[in-house]
Amino acid sequence: MSTNYEDRGRRYNGGGDDDFDRGRSMQGGRGGRRMRRRRICRFCIEKVDIIDFKDTRFLQNFIPERGKILPRRISGNCAIHQRMLAEAIKRARNIALLPYTTD
Amino acid sequence: MDTQRQYEVVFIVDPTADDDEVTRLTDGFKQIVTDQGGAITKAESMGRRKLAYEILHKTEGSFVLMEIEGSGREIAELERRMRVNDRIIRYITVRVDEDRQRAQKFKDKRERKAAKRPGAQRAKAISEAGPAPEVEEAQEDAA
Repeated sequence: MSTNYEDRGRRYNGGGDDDFDRGRSMQGGRGGRRMRRRRICRFCIEKVDIIDFKDTRFLQNFIPERGKILPRRISGNCAIHQRMLAEAIKRARNIALLPYTTD
Repeated sequence: MDTQRQYEVVFIVDPTADDDEVTRLTDGFKQIVTDQGGAITKAESMGRRKLAYEILHKTEGSFVLMEIEGSGREIAELERRMRVNDRIIRYITVRVDEDRQRAQKFKDKRERKAAKRPGAQRAKAISEAGPAPEVEEAQEDAA
């Protein structure tokens, strides 16, 4: 995994993109597959292709107190991964692995 | 219609059922699937878990996961049986082959890209050299 990061960094630096360097110094990340400056999709960075609805402990990270799905504007997920995540959470709710609501 | 599809079925058995009954039910469902021409690729118990919300006034249940390969006809039959069976309090079927294929496609794409990239040779050498000492260590331990 760590070699991957190195690889990516080198590729972008090789491009000699000033804009990239600025973005990098601001938040220290490489903006997922879309090169965002502020928001970074952690799924893109970890290259997640499938989000399993049975992995409750993982999905719990995206469920705030009320049991709602954490919105994209807060988590910074990309649209593709947010959709996958939402679907997984909804499936988990269906079979009572996660709550629809908590009060 | 006869393309092979992969499904994941999770069902919840009534908490009053003991382990024997859960295995018996699972075996029964396996039988149904194979009778309909499907194949079971995986069947495992996820154990007894607390339900996130009450279903039929129950707060617990035994979860069972099955992976099935088939045309889809056996799923229809399996779901019908589970609906009728009152020991099953909830079930869900998810078709997984399309998602897995897509994931594989992305993975392949990444690998191809990585191979083209300059420095890929070095990265490859590192990744190959990386796990090797561990294996040797494991062998030493065994000896």
